[in-house]
Amino acid sequence: MTAVVAEHDDHHDHHDHGPEKGILRWIITTNHKDIGTMYLVFGLIMFFVGGTMALIIRSELFEPGLQFVDPQFFNSMTTMHALVMVFGAVMPAFVGLANWMIPMMIGAPDMALPRMNNMSFWMLVAGVLLLAATLFMEGGAPAGGWTLYPPLVLQTGKALPFAIFSVHMLGISSIMGAINVIATIFNMRAPGMTLMKMPLFVWTWLITAFLLIAIMPVFAGAVTMLLTDRFFDTSFFNAAGGGDPVLYQHIFWFFGHPEVYVMILPTFGVASTIIPVFARKPLFGYASMVYATAAIAFLSFIVWAHHMFTVGLPIAGELYFMYATMLIAIPTGVKVFNWTATMWKGEMTFETPMLFSIAFVVLFTMGGFTGLMMSVAPADFQYHDTYFIVAHFHYTLVPASIFILMASGYYWLPKWTGNMYDERIGRLHFWLSAISVNILFFPQHFLGLAGMPRRIPDYAIQFADWNMVSSIGAFIYGFSQLLFVYIVIDTIRGGTGKATAEVWEDASKHGLEWTVPSPAPYHTFTTPPEIIPTEHV
Amino acid sequence: MKKTKQLLACLVLMTLGLGTAHADYTLNLMRGVTQVSNEIYDLHMLVLWICVFIGIAVFGTMFYSIFHHRKSKGHKAAQFHENTTVEIIWTIIPTLILVAMAIPATKAVIDLDKVQDSDMTIKVTGKQWYWDYEYLDSGLHFESHLDEASEKAHRVSSIDPRSVPNYLLNVDKPLVVPVKTKIRFLFTAADVIHSWWVPDLGWKKDANPGFVNDAWTSVDKPGVYRGQCTELCGRDHGFMPIVVIAMEKEQYDAWVKAELEKQNALPDLSKQTRASLLLKGESVYLTNCVACHQIDGKGISGWYPALSGSAKVTGDVHQLIGFVQAGTSKMPAFKKLPADQLAGLITYIRNAPDLGNKVGDELQACHALSLDELEDIFPDIDNAPELCKENGEVKLDKVVAEKTN
Repeated sequence: MTAVVAEHDDHHDHHDHGPEKGILRWIITTNHKDIGTMYLVFGLIMFFVGGTMALIIRSELFEPGLQFVDPQFFNSMTTMHALVMVFGAVMPAFVGLANWMIPMMIGAPDMALPRMNNMSFWMLVAGVLLLAATLFMEGGAPAGGWTLYPPLVLQTGKALPFAIFSVHMLGISSIMGAINVIATIFNMRAPGMTLMKMPLFVWTWLITAFLLIAIMPVFAGAVTMLLTDRFFDTSFFNAAGGGDPVLYQHIFWFFGHPEVYVMILPTFGVASTIIPVFARKPLFGYASMVYATAAIAFLSFIVWAHHMFTVGLPIAGELYFMYATMLIAIPTGVKVFNWTATMWKGEMTFETPMLFSIAFVVLFTMGGFTGLMMSVAPADFQYHDTYFIVAHFHYTLVPASIFILMASGYYWLPKWTGNMYDERIGRLHFWLSAISVNILFFPQHFLGLAGMPRRIPDYAIQFADWNMVSSIGAFIYGFSQLLFVYIVIDTIRGGTGKATAEVWEDASKHGLEWTVPSPAPYHTFTTPPEIIPTEHV
Repeated sequence: MKKTKQLLACLVLMTLGLGTAHADYTLNLMRGVTQVSNEIYDLHMLVLWICVFIGIAVFGTMFYSIFHHRKSKGHKAAQFHENTTVEIIWTIIPTLILVAMAIPATKAVIDLDKVQDSDMTIKVTGKQWYWDYEYLDSGLHFESHLDEASEKAHRVSSIDPRSVPNYLLNVDKPLVVPVKTKIRFLFTAADVIHSWWVPDLGWKKDANPGFVNDAWTSVDKPGVYRGQCTELCGRDHGFMPIVVIAMEKEQYDAWVKAELEKQNALPDLSKQTRASLLLKGESVYLTNCVACHQIDGKGISGWYPALSGSAKVTGDVHQLIGFVQAGTSKMPAFKKLPADQLAGLITYIRNAPDLGNKVGDELQACHALSLDELEDIFPDIDNAPELCKENGEVKLDKVVAEKTN
């Protein structure tokens, strides 16, 4: 896919070899670039699978009344859309970026554990395929929401054990990926690449990897308890046997809250990498960015019950989780201020990666604002489980994580393929996405405040107009993303011409990946590079 | 045409970043009708304005920079990359803002928690997919289901939901409460987790199976307040609304009295025409059965059995009555269904063209009763209506659904 042609460093006595021929190259590869490419392509495919489910949801919600799907299937769609997007699209895409970029950013020849790297990718594919297979099982796919709350999820038909096993596989895959990232960053940095010289993308992924190792086993434990409750007569979550359904929610959100940061911290990292390049200025407050990321990661472990303000927490719990959640605004604010200060008095140009990154800062901040509103526990008694929260987390995921993934694509495609993408179509893609994503999600704030609950296939008439607007936005947004596929294919085939090694003006000041040729050779940094003095520190 | 125009207007206004104050839309949270809901509304507006203010400052700076500090305008990049003073300032100011928000928020949390010293208690049980209300003080107890018009409209594609008043937000029996009275609610659930939300009251609370949550309200002014279940609870989660009617104390007392009389009244055992039996049966079916067995009686393959052509439904009528009253592991027991409703239901499911069954019989309320049940109603059996007896004698086991054609 990447059109990477092995450029052997013939003068090395080290016997490196190029990729295998044919399909085997992809199946048995241990090369970080090949595996990175596979993760990215897989993530993109799943983005369209999850997106199709979103469009089924938005079609049904286009007008009041039930037109297209059965309510049970609608519930399956909301559930599967979330699971596919989280575990099939966003997480794999960031793992793909980590695979491609971390070794190149720290001057390492490959990931530390290349065979495990291959295994974690194929485990992911197996896990997602198994999850997708549940759609065709008797009783349908899981339909209790991606949170898989009991007792509802225990009413799933034949699909339940398969979905649980799929979660186990996805978890193992994530843990292996995380171990690999940590081992690589701790052991494979080029001499002179101290921790505080690492690009922020590497830093944020290091912290993300620790989050993953901490939380995935918790999720695996929670779903295993579901399994034994359903099949082995345990009563972890069944009051009749002395259990408590709310216990599941505590365990799930102990996983679930850090999980959403797993999707946003690497996003922060890429934004912090791209913005300085196009502002032609060093990143403002490098050290505070690192500390803020660590602070957000730490806080993510102690705020979980803000997802549960209405389950009947004791008053001390309400107050504690409200205060702790509010605190997240401080490090997050620091990040937003730092990005703004990085742009301040810069020499900005607005190529597609920069456009997506600026839109990310603005729209993610809007998601942050609604997050702050919801941290206020009493107000959350109104917002909870309405479209207001749907709008909130989509603002922090779509124009944040997805926009930054798109930005990464445009930013690094020339390095990956050796060709420049078509800037005009890139900008068209940006403007269509940036406008439609707001038509799609902004009205959902109104719907939520006006009283529309989430996860309903049909609604009262007063919600009709904004739902229609939202659905129109969804279709424009969804179909605009096909432009990205076109651009990727076009760029691989030659794009608008050959890219230089540096690609972006003075980019080599900002990262080691811009010091190797474009396309990046199959093996890079087989001898450690000399670390260029970086502006930060 | 009007619709398209409205839509266009919305799109234009939205892209301009403006809200529209059109009467058809609610854009903001409602103030509600309780002290707590007002408190929450004020908190919401406070935090909203703080966000707007910070947003203007941050985005303003950013856009100023984007317009002026660009290469195309010949701006040269400065090379600063940190400033401890600025960084300390933008850490401390947000902290102070958060403290300012936390103070009124804490007060509201404490107010929400004050469930003690209530004047009356209502126990709310969430069930798939309706609410069950029990007034613990007066003993009034009833179920509240989605109203028939909405039930039909969302199941039959030829009915336009826009023609149904309060589509999906109307129930057959609303919860009635007195105004200016402190009401304690107890929440629990029978099957899965539900959540009871009426925006005008200012809060929602989860109903967890096997546990009891509480919350309180005191409604300031009479009115009809509507809400919905807000915790995904399965296939018909979107179809279990809540309607609360708040009325003056005297009216409320009269309502309770009337309802209690109805609740304790004897079932209507008089002979009904076939048409009225079918009509009553349809209503009972739409309330209690349609969620699983569906409007066409075909059920859902793999989930809920079909009634159309089912031998259980079209077979022996006494066995069918027993089955409906006993329930199964999946189906609730309809033991408390009054005889007249049971008779209507049985007649309906055996004969309704909509369900595709055509046994060609009818069941009168009297004949839906067992001897024991009849004796409960009429301790002196001689007082029972003639219809319940055969040739002046009670021989219920011999009474079968009468063939009518």
